[in-house]
Amino acid sequence: MYELDWSSIPGALPFLWQGMKVSLAITAVAVVAGIAWGTVLAVMRLSPARPVSLFAAAYVSLFRSVPLVMVLLWFFLIVPSLLRDVLGLSHATDLRLASAMVAFALFEAAYYSEIMRAGIQSVSKGQRSAALALGMTPLQAMWHVVLPQAFRNMVPLLLTQAIILFQDTSLVYVSALADFFGAAVYVSALADFFGAAYKVGDRDGRLVEMLLFAGAAYFVLCCTASWAVRLLRRRVLA
Amino acid sequence: MDFRIFFSPVPTGETTYLGWLLVGLRNTVALSLAAWVLALALGTVLGILRTVPGRGLRAFAGAYVEIFRNVPLLAQLFIWYFVVPEIVPGGHRFKQIDPFAQQFLASAACLGLFTAARVCEQVRAGIESLPRGQKNAALALGLTLPQTYRYVLLPMAARLIVPPLTSETLNVFKNSAVCSTIGLLELTAQGRQLVDYTAHAYESFLAVTVLYLVVNAAIQLLMRAVESRARVPGYLGSRK
Repeated sequence: MYELDWSSIPGALPFLWQGMKVSLAITAVAVVAGIAWGTVLAVMRLSPARPVSLFAAAYVSLFRSVPLVMVLLWFFLIVPSLLRDVLGLSHATDLRLASAMVAFALFEAAYYSEIMRAGIQSVSKGQRSAALALGMTPLQAMWHVVLPQAFRNMVPLLLTQAIILFQDTSLVYVSALADFFGAAVYVSALADFFGAAYKVGDRDGRLVEMLLFAGAAYFVLCCTASWAVRLLRRRVLA
Repeated sequence: MDFRIFFSPVPTGETTYLGWLLVGLRNTVALSLAAWVLALALGTVLGILRTVPGRGLRAFAGAYVEIFRNVPLLAQLFIWYFVVPEIVPGGHRFKQIDPFAQQFLASAACLGLFTAARVCEQVRAGIESLPRGQKNAALALGLTLPQTYRYVLLPMAARLIVPPLTSETLNVFKNSAVCSTIGLLELTAQGRQLVDYTAHAYESFLAVTVLYLVVNAAIQLLMRAVESRARVPGYLGSRK
């Protein structure tokens, strides 16, 4: 029978905290950029101009049809070489954090755009008509009248999606498997919270305890966050 | 770009690189199906438990949903694969079976139990969306509670929740890519292996992505047919 031994966890906490900061940084960038780009996509999707709405529809359905792991691998493949060519960086520069942020932002934008689209459609038509009657252009009506209300209605859903996104950031683990050109400059995976836990556990021969600890930490964090969102939703609805 | 690479033989010579991808696709589909069957069965039971009068049962199903929804899929997968065989009595026997079987069983259990939590919430929403009068009428007619579920509530709820289950079907299929992280040779893993052997990263990823899109479209078509057959006349969403 396996003897659980938690003694290596206190010593690992500073390293795990470094990982948590990476997870939170990716989440923050992806939430902000994802909501911004997702809102643009939602407005494009509802545009009367056919090519514009087709582009947005194609973008959303493409990203929603491909597994996130595959999207991440694409970005770990393309973004570093692209950025190196554009910015003239050396091959030793570690661009995986930047790649992960870009990938999550563009991927989550597809999901955020569906939420924002529902939000825009939840605002009553009279609001837009009234704004147009006051002499606003369609874009002004969208920006000053419709979007603020749509956003407010959708805050709980946007935050719930952010919690899912935070959990999904653990998938940057695949960057360990994304050393495509055999450059071997990356000794190990981009260490987010989960990656850090895996690495320490593997090093100390305490993988079992570390994985259980990481799972429990995610559980506590995400449960607390979901509970806060539920409280907020009640206040928004009240 | 050189797509002829797919028709050249792999180093061991028994198949082509395209053959590798197709093996990966087969494993992806098999894994998704196994996980989906488990998720549907367990999720339905849990979803029913979420709506029964017994407090204990409701709390149990609620706790299940909270746990499986608030831990990342990757962490769950690693726990099933690396942790459970260590700490469960008899787990050493699991580690003696064929490695592929180990990976497949851990992946199917993980994906199935993860998705069951989501199916559970859909089933609960379906049952709760029915007017309360249906349950009351059934009970007033003398049906027992199990009979009420069996003959009145579940047949209606099952038809109402087909559209949300479509997106869960697609999710199982997409989430199966996560299982490449424990070395299961499904589609994504085969694509990466192809890159390791040939250095044709763009061709390989493009082929894998297209295969995902094709299966995705096929699932959507299939589920749309199921949806139109399951639609309840006179109910919301059956206007067409």
